[in-house]
Amino acid sequence: MAIVEAKNIKKTYLQGKVKVEALRGVNLMVDKAEFVALAGPSGSGKTTLLNIIGGLDLPDSGNVIVGNNDFAKMNPSGLASLRLHKIGFVFQAFNLIPVLSAIENVEYVMLLQGVPKTERYDRAKAILDDVGLEKKYDRRPAELSGGQQQRVAIARAIVSGPAIVLADEPTANLDSKTGEGLVLMMEKMNKEKNVTFIFSTHDNMVMEYARRLVTIKDGLIVNDEKKN
Amino acid sequence: MYAILAWRNIWRNPRRTIVILLAVIIGVWSMIFLGSLMRGMETQMVRNSISTLTGSIQIHHRDYRNDPVVENSMDDIDNLDKALSTSLGQGGALWAKRIRVNAVASNARHSGGVILVGIEPEKEAKISFIGKAVTSGRYLKSEDKNKIIVGRAFLKKFNTKIGNKLILMSQDTKKEIASKAFRIVGIFSAESESVEKQFIFVPISQADGMLKMGDKISEVSIILPRLDITGKEETRIARKLKAAISNDTYHVETWQQLLPMINAYLEMSGFFLYIWYFVVFVAMGFGIVNTTLMAIFERMREFGLMKALGMKPFQVIKGVVTETFFLLVIGITVGNILGFLSVAAIARNGIDLSALAAGVEMWGIPRKLYPEIWAQDVAVAGLVVLVLGLLVSLYPAFKAARFTPTQAMRKY
Repeated sequence: MAIVEAKNIKKTYLQGKVKVEALRGVNLMVDKAEFVALAGPSGSGKTTLLNIIGGLDLPDSGNVIVGNNDFAKMNPSGLASLRLHKIGFVFQAFNLIPVLSAIENVEYVMLLQGVPKTERYDRAKAILDDVGLEKKYDRRPAELSGGQQQRVAIARAIVSGPAIVLADEPTANLDSKTGEGLVLMMEKMNKEKNVTFIFSTHDNMVMEYARRLVTIKDGLIVNDEKKN
Repeated sequence: MYAILAWRNIWRNPRRTIVILLAVIIGVWSMIFLGSLMRGMETQMVRNSISTLTGSIQIHHRDYRNDPVVENSMDDIDNLDKALSTSLGQGGALWAKRIRVNAVASNARHSGGVILVGIEPEKEAKISFIGKAVTSGRYLKSEDKNKIIVGRAFLKKFNTKIGNKLILMSQDTKKEIASKAFRIVGIFSAESESVEKQFIFVPISQADGMLKMGDKISEVSIILPRLDITGKEETRIARKLKAAISNDTYHVETWQQLLPMINAYLEMSGFFLYIWYFVVFVAMGFGIVNTTLMAIFERMREFGLMKALGMKPFQVIKGVVTETFFLLVIGITVGNILGFLSVAAIARNGIDLSALAAGVEMWGIPRKLYPEIWAQDVAVAGLVVLVLGLLVSLYPAFKAARFTPTQAMRKY
């Protein structure tokens, strides 16, 4: 049973006075617990597709269903609620709130969900331990390395038990060793927590770890390969 | 955690926060301080006017104020005494009877119009300025015969001195010219030079004898233990007195009715004070909006992130408004403290306005101004800044809430 169904997605942007067709009819089905990489050059439409799957943007035409929630039937408030409870996000940069510590950043999503204070703290602590940041609870983002910040972002994305985690080029600003460590962490979370991961990348090293590689070019999926 | 986040956010740019805080602090301080000067002036104006013979309440014959002649006197003294005792006896109010008529004073060098005031010296000393105003010679006694006290400016005008004679002339109850010679025993000083020139005081028995009043009086002046600048207490007691007197020919009037210009000034001044508050706030409000907008545009990506995580627009608005709330509370608190401290610093010695005294004495404005903080002004200043401050912060808050996550993260 697919946890993500994107059917015939089209999206056009206006860049100044120029129309840019970011997606030209994309079809994608993702099953639960898949570890999917969206690969492609810059401007291919990877980020646009992730944004649409995550409910951050709406397609001009086509349909998206995530965990039985049909986006076409939802208003912005409903989409916000869906993102809060069902979808985790890891962005390329500016992932964390700078004035909150690592543990507070992880707690933040649970705060929005209305989780009680003690439960928030315990769960945040546990997930930070899982991602190897047991001694960094009270550090602010400025006191963490790039890789550590992304780990906190992953911890925040997973702590609320989402159906899917969307990561937009999570290793783009990291060196190769740190980037590899991050992907391994994501893979670990995928296997241990059974969370579906869909991440975009143009890093070959990262693509190696994906169990399914979807290649996008000029707004269309040109290849969809499942690896053993 | 919303409060923690808001608190930390306002200190992300300490310099900018301090600048806007200073604007709020100075604004609130100016509201409190200038308000206290205005209220101090109002209170002292009223006090000066009341103590310069007006009193809190006066009782007259109904025609006396339009025509202050001896014919318009009160003769039902027993009824008056009874009404005063029953209505005012327990409350700490004090009163005194007077004869007050226009007269002509003359000596060898000068003559001029004056207001002759016949007083009960011991009672009058407790209700008006005259008891403490004698600066040379001595005050009057009830048993004094042919003794008079005059103002310093009068003395200068008439080129006379203590011990010299003064002739007073007026019309008596038999419509004959009455005249009597008095000897000056004391000189008084007043806030206003015109009071010193206008009023002369003799024992009531002497005025009664000269004018053949036969125990009639011109007025009763009453002073209440506490001044109510709104006049509500005076009005209440005046009504009570009127009912107790039950004589339609006698009017009971409060200081507000007796001093309509001062009353009108007080009403206007309260209005102007609140206009000042509004003007200060408008200036401050631009700073609040500007600073909040800057802070929001700097953090637009962060707002995009928060909305991507599932934060709803009203939560974004709540966050921004909470930040403004903290700023305003700090600004109002420190502004109030500075206001109280600056008022305390000048409360003992006041501000010397004697350079302006000649121009403003007709209003009863004192030569030394002592500030007075009113609780309602502090509350209104705080509320104006807080409520309007939160309202103006809604504009940048709505701006932050309006952007979609992708717009915010892409644009900024």
